Amino acid sequence: MAAYAPSHFTAVLLFATFASIVFGITQRSAPKAMFRYGVYCWVLFVFSVIAGSWVMYFIKH
Amino acid sequence: MATRVETTASNVTAKPALFSLALLAGWLVPGLGHVQAKRPIRGAILFVTITLMFVLGLLMQGKLYVADPGDLLEMLGFVGDLGTGLLYLAARFADLGHGAVQVATADYGTKFIVVAGLLNFIAAIDAHNLRIGRKL
Repeated sequence: MAAYAPSHFTAVLLFATFASIVFGITQRSAPKAMFRYGVYCWVLFVFSVIAGSWVMYFIKH
Repeated sequence: MATRVETTASNVTAKPALFSLALLAGWLVPGLGHVQAKRPIRGAILFVTITLMFVLGLLMQGKLYVADPGDLLEMLGFVGDLGTGLLYLAARFADLGHGAVQVATADYGTKFIVVAGLLNFIAAIDAHNLRIGRKL
Protein backbone atom coordinates (compact mmCIF):
# COMPACT_ATOMS: atom_id res chain seq x y z
CA MET A 1 0.00 0.00 0.00
CA ALA A 2 1.33 3.46 -0.93
CA ALA A 3 2.48 5.52 2.02
CA TYR A 4 1.71 9.14 2.74
CA ALA A 5 3.89 11.13 5.13
CA PRO A 6 2.67 14.71 5.46
CA SER A 7 4.46 17.33 7.51
CA HIS A 8 3.19 17.85 11.04
CA PHE A 9 1.50 21.10 10.06
CA THR A 10 -0.17 19.55 7.01
CA ALA A 11 -1.49 16.81 9.28
CA VAL A 12 -2.93 19.51 11.56
CA LEU A 13 -4.60 21.27 8.62
CA LEU A 14 -6.10 18.02 7.35
CA PHE A 15 -7.34 17.02 10.80
CA ALA A 16 -8.86 20.47 11.41
CA THR A 17 -10.58 20.43 8.01
CA PHE A 18 -12.14 16.98 8.41
CA ALA A 19 -13.28 17.53 12.00
CA SER A 20 -14.66 21.01 11.22
CA ILE A 21 -16.72 19.75 8.28
CA VAL A 22 -18.37 17.07 10.42
CA PHE A 23 -18.89 19.46 13.35
CA GLY A 24 -20.45 22.04 11.04
CA ILE A 25 -22.90 19.59 9.49
CA THR A 26 -23.89 17.87 12.71
CA GLN A 27 -24.07 20.80 15.13
CA ARG A 28 -26.07 23.28 13.05
CA SER A 29 -29.27 23.02 11.01
CA ALA A 30 -29.11 25.71 8.32
CA PRO A 31 -26.46 25.51 5.56
CA LYS A 32 -25.16 29.02 6.21
CA ALA A 33 -24.85 28.38 9.95
CA MET A 34 -23.11 25.05 9.19
CA PHE A 35 -20.50 26.81 7.07
CA ARG A 36 -19.89 29.54 9.64
CA TYR A 37 -19.59 27.07 12.52
CA GLY A 38 -17.25 24.88 10.45
CA VAL A 39 -14.99 27.85 9.72
CA TYR A 40 -15.12 28.85 13.40
CA CYS A 41 -14.04 25.33 14.49
CA TRP A 42 -11.29 25.22 11.86
CA VAL A 43 -9.84 28.55 13.02
CA LEU A 44 -9.98 27.40 16.66
CA PHE A 45 -8.24 24.11 15.82
CA VAL A 46 -5.44 25.67 13.79
CA PHE A 47 -4.80 28.70 15.98
CA SER A 48 -4.84 26.69 19.21
CA VAL A 49 -2.20 24.39 17.69
CA ILE A 50 -0.06 27.37 16.65
CA ALA A 51 -0.45 28.93 20.11
CA GLY A 52 0.40 25.62 21.80
CA SER A 53 3.46 25.24 19.60
CA TRP A 54 4.75 28.66 20.61
CA VAL A 55 4.13 27.83 24.30
CA MET A 56 6.20 24.65 23.93
CA TYR A 57 8.90 26.61 22.11
CA PHE A 58 9.23 29.10 24.98
CA ILE A 59 9.20 26.32 27.59
CA LYS A 60 12.14 24.69 25.80
CA HIS A 61 14.14 27.91 25.31
CA MET B 1 -63.51 2.44 23.96
CA ALA B 2 -62.23 2.21 20.41
CA THR B 3 -61.39 5.95 20.49
CA ARG B 4 -59.34 5.49 23.65
CA VAL B 5 -57.31 2.71 22.06
CA GLU B 6 -56.58 4.87 18.99
CA THR B 7 -55.42 7.77 21.17
CA THR B 8 -53.04 5.51 23.08
CA ALA B 9 -51.63 4.14 19.85
CA SER B 10 -51.03 7.62 18.44
CA ASN B 11 -49.22 8.63 21.63
CA VAL B 12 -46.91 5.67 21.31
CA THR B 13 -45.98 6.54 17.70
CA ALA B 14 -45.46 10.21 18.62
CA LYS B 15 -42.72 9.30 21.11
CA PRO B 16 -39.19 9.69 19.69
CA ALA B 17 -37.79 6.29 18.82
CA LEU B 18 -34.68 5.16 20.68
CA PHE B 19 -33.40 3.47 17.57
CA SER B 20 -33.85 4.14 13.87
CA LEU B 21 -32.56 2.62 10.66
CA ALA B 22 -30.69 5.87 9.98
CA LEU B 23 -28.55 5.28 13.08
CA LEU B 24 -27.53 1.80 11.94
CA ALA B 25 -27.03 2.85 8.30
CA GLY B 26 -25.02 5.90 9.32
CA TRP B 27 -22.76 3.80 11.51
CA LEU B 28 -22.17 1.09 8.89
CA VAL B 29 -21.53 3.48 5.97
CA PRO B 30 -20.59 7.11 6.75
CA GLY B 31 -23.29 9.45 5.45
CA LEU B 32 -25.80 6.73 4.58
CA GLY B 33 -27.91 7.66 7.59
CA HIS B 34 -28.29 11.18 6.24
CA VAL B 35 -29.29 9.80 2.85
CA GLN B 36 -31.87 7.66 4.63
CA ALA B 37 -33.05 10.79 6.46
CA LYS B 38 -33.51 12.51 3.08
CA ARG B 39 -30.40 14.74 3.34
CA PRO B 40 -28.32 13.30 0.46
CA ILE B 41 -25.94 16.26 0.05
CA ARG B 42 -25.00 16.22 3.73
CA GLY B 43 -24.63 12.45 3.47
CA ALA B 44 -22.30 12.72 0.47
CA ILE B 45 -20.12 15.33 2.20
CA LEU B 46 -19.92 13.21 5.35
CA PHE B 47 -19.09 10.09 3.34
CA VAL B 48 -16.23 11.81 1.50
CA THR B 49 -14.89 13.50 4.65
CA ILE B 50 -14.94 10.50 7.00
CA THR B 51 -13.80 8.00 4.37
CA LEU B 52 -10.94 10.27 3.27
CA MET B 53 -9.84 10.75 6.87
CA PHE B 54 -9.88 6.98 7.44
CA VAL B 55 -7.98 6.24 4.20
CA LEU B 56 -5.40 8.95 4.88
CA GLY B 57 -4.91 7.46 8.34
CA LEU B 58 -4.14 4.09 6.76
CA LEU B 59 -1.85 5.71 4.14
CA MET B 60 0.03 7.44 6.96
CA GLN B 61 0.65 3.89 8.24
CA GLY B 62 -1.63 4.31 11.21
CA LYS B 63 -2.58 1.32 13.34
CA LEU B 64 -5.97 -0.37 13.48
CA TYR B 65 -6.77 -1.41 17.04
CA VAL B 66 -8.10 -4.88 17.79
CA ALA B 67 -10.28 -6.04 20.67
CA ASP B 68 -8.05 -6.90 23.62
CA PRO B 69 -10.00 -7.05 26.91
CA GLY B 70 -6.72 -7.17 28.86
CA ASP B 71 -5.59 -3.73 27.60
CA LEU B 72 -7.91 -0.82 28.38
CA LEU B 73 -6.21 1.64 26.00
CA GLU B 74 -6.35 -0.92 23.17
CA MET B 75 -10.07 -1.42 23.86
CA LEU B 76 -10.75 2.35 23.81
CA GLY B 77 -8.93 2.63 20.48
CA PHE B 78 -10.88 -0.37 19.18
CA VAL B 79 -14.21 1.26 20.10
CA GLY B 80 -13.13 4.44 18.30
CA ASP B 81 -12.00 2.51 15.22
CA LEU B 82 -15.22 0.50 15.19
CA GLY B 83 -17.11 3.77 14.66
CA THR B 84 -16.16 3.66 10.99
CA GLY B 85 -18.35 0.56 10.60
CA LEU B 86 -17.78 -1.33 7.38
CA LEU B 87 -14.62 0.66 6.58
CA TYR B 88 -12.98 -0.85 9.67
CA LEU B 89 -14.13 -4.35 8.79
CA ALA B 90 -12.93 -3.95 5.18
CA ALA B 91 -9.52 -2.71 6.30
CA ARG B 92 -9.17 -5.58 8.78
CA PHE B 93 -10.25 -8.03 6.08
CA ALA B 94 -7.61 -6.58 3.73
CA ASP B 95 -5.02 -7.00 6.52
CA LEU B 96 -4.24 -3.27 6.65
CA GLY B 97 -3.38 -1.04 9.59
CA HIS B 98 -0.46 -2.75 11.27
CA GLY B 99 1.21 0.60 12.04
CA ALA B 100 4.85 1.58 11.62
CA VAL B 101 6.70 2.63 14.75
CA GLN B 102 9.68 4.02 12.80
CA VAL B 103 7.56 6.56 10.86
CA ALA B 104 6.96 9.81 12.79
CA THR B 105 3.57 10.54 11.24
CA ALA B 106 2.27 6.97 11.72
CA ASP B 107 0.99 7.96 15.16
CA TYR B 108 -0.98 10.77 13.51
CA GLY B 109 -2.42 8.16 11.15
CA THR B 110 -3.59 6.10 14.11
CA LYS B 111 -5.33 9.19 15.53
CA PHE B 112 -6.90 9.98 12.14
CA ILE B 113 -8.45 6.50 12.07
CA VAL B 114 -9.79 6.71 15.64
CA VAL B 115 -11.16 10.23 15.17
CA ALA B 116 -12.79 9.24 11.85
CA GLY B 117 -14.68 6.59 13.83
CA LEU B 118 -15.68 9.02 16.56
CA LEU B 119 -16.84 11.60 14.02
CA ASN B 120 -18.91 8.90 12.34
CA PHE B 121 -20.60 8.14 15.66
CA ILE B 122 -21.57 11.84 15.87
CA ALA B 123 -22.78 11.79 12.24
CA ALA B 124 -24.86 8.63 12.81
CA ILE B 125 -26.53 10.13 15.90
CA ASP B 126 -27.21 13.31 13.91
CA ALA B 127 -28.87 11.21 11.19
CA HIS B 128 -30.97 9.52 13.86
CA ASN B 129 -32.06 12.92 15.23
CA LEU B 130 -32.97 14.07 11.71
CA ARG B 131 -34.95 10.87 11.12
CA ILE B 132 -37.03 11.14 14.29
CA GLY B 133 -37.58 14.88 13.82
CA ARG B 134 -35.54 16.07 16.80
CA LYS B 135 -33.36 18.12 14.43
CA LEU B 136 -34.41 19.90 11.25
